[in-house]
Amino acid sequence: MSRLKSAKEIPIGGLIDEAGSSRKFKTGDWRSFRPLIEESKCINCMMCDVFCPEHCISVKEDGKRGEIDLDYCKGCGICANVCPVKCIKMEEEAKFIK
Amino acid sequence: MYKDGRGGKVHKMSKTTAMTGAESAAEAMRQINPDVVAAYPITPQTAIAQNFANYVANGIVDTELVRVESEHSAMSCCVGASAAGARVMTATSSAGLALMWEIVGVAAGLRLPIVMEVVNRALSAPINIHCDHSDSMGTRDLGWIQIFSENAQEVYEHTLIAVRLAEKLLIPAMVCQDGFITSHGVENVEIFDDEGVKKFVGEHKYPYGLLDIKKPVTHGPLQLQDYYFETRSQQIPVMEEAKKEFVKIGEELGKITKKKYPLFDEYEMKDAEAVIVVMNSTAGTTKTAIDAMRKEGKKVGLLKLRLFRPFPYKEVSDALKHVKKIAVLDRSVSFGANPPLYSEVKNGLYDVKYTGKLHSCVFGLGGRNIFVEDIIGVFNRLLDGKLKDHDYIGLREE
Ligand code: SF4
Ligand code: SF4
Repeated sequence: MSRLKSAKEIPIGGLIDEAGSSRKFKTGDWRSFRPLIEESKCINCMMCDVFCPEHCISVKEDGKRGEIDLDYCKGCGICANVCPVKCIKMEEEAKFIK
Repeated sequence: MYKDGRGGKVHKMSKTTAMTGAESAAEAMRQINPDVVAAYPITPQTAIAQNFANYVANGIVDTELVRVESEHSAMSCCVGASAAGARVMTATSSAGLALMWEIVGVAAGLRLPIVMEVVNRALSAPINIHCDHSDSMGTRDLGWIQIFSENAQEVYEHTLIAVRLAEKLLIPAMVCQDGFITSHGVENVEIFDDEGVKKFVGEHKYPYGLLDIKKPVTHGPLQLQDYYFETRSQQIPVMEEAKKEFVKIGEELGKITKKKYPLFDEYEMKDAEAVIVVMNSTAGTTKTAIDAMRKEGKKVGLLKLRLFRPFPYKEVSDALKHVKKIAVLDRSVSFGANPPLYSEVKNGLYDVKYTGKLHSCVFGLGGRNIFVEDIIGVFNRLLDGKLKDHDYIGLREE
């Protein structure tokens, strides 16, 4: 976590004076369930990416589905819900803590 | 400069016309020519919006007049327009101000320099359309600059100052006047020439306009335990600056009007033994009472606040500390607590270790008349030591 800024260092009125700053807001630490994709079943339809509210499932150069960016995946499970071949499983995050 | 009937130019720097406080507010708005005005009718404010709507309809101003469905919407519209970078004004009274309360706080929190005419009227219940200050007082802690005006002339001039002040510090400002007494009472008002006033008001250059695509901004994001406190705290020192800026901007306006705009006016204060502190139109009544009493050799005076928010604690206390007897007249109450103006004056006097006698007088709720004789009565009782610590003027108590 970076140092929190003081009252004198932040813009007035709570406004955000730069574009694209939501990148700095890593929603990944909200996650209590992690999506796991069963690669062999995936048909690369991209439904998961379209519906992901964080837009954190990447699309590769060849047009195929890429990795899920866990810095931003908040574990909502929408991807698992919309996947037409049901190849995404939501696994409890606690299992990944070493 | 004014055009005469034949299209010639009359070289006069001002003209004096009979008008109401509502008209003088609308006249200031005409000269300011705001980009957006959003308002909803409510007695006695309606006269301002109505007069201004005429200017819009007749093409005298280029304002976008938004006829909203409530005051909550009026202030919401003002917030949106102001965040977009527009110069924005509105007007309201009583229940209207109460209904917009939520967004009044938003405007201040977002640091949007909206200017609002508030025509002071009692809050319900019982329902009442006449003057008291409970509407403005209900918003006194929301982060707006509050300027109170004795008469239609001050309404006009305070409105011009308010626009500059709000836009300079990015704090919204309300200009208050007494409902009906000032808003509908006709008096002579000197309106200064358009050119000079327009130059004084200048252009609004808002640095965070939503429509500036070269500098993208987000207004009103969520801030929780980590940043809300810091953001809110920024409103404290900037309010302190508002006192200095009010005087500075007032001095600039004074070059046009040849008048002074102090934080408060002192009338016959120099050797005064008994002083009344009051705001808005009753200050005028008090001056008349003082003139009469001075002729009888009674040493009485007045301190009339213009700026209530930010409250000039130190300046007021310094002006009052040597006065033996003070009565603070409030046209509103704070149930279960001291009345607002009295409270502030007393607060400030603690810091200067005041040893005189300070009284609270509540008067005029719901438009109950206050006459020169009433004020003379207060002064006499104050001088004779007969005024109660907490007195009520003109109330049938028993
Ligand atoms: S769980 Fe939610 S946030 Fe994470 S990848 Fe799926 S849709 Fe996106
Ligand atoms: S929705 Fe399912 S099948 Fe489609 S790309 Fe995503 S994981 Fe693969």
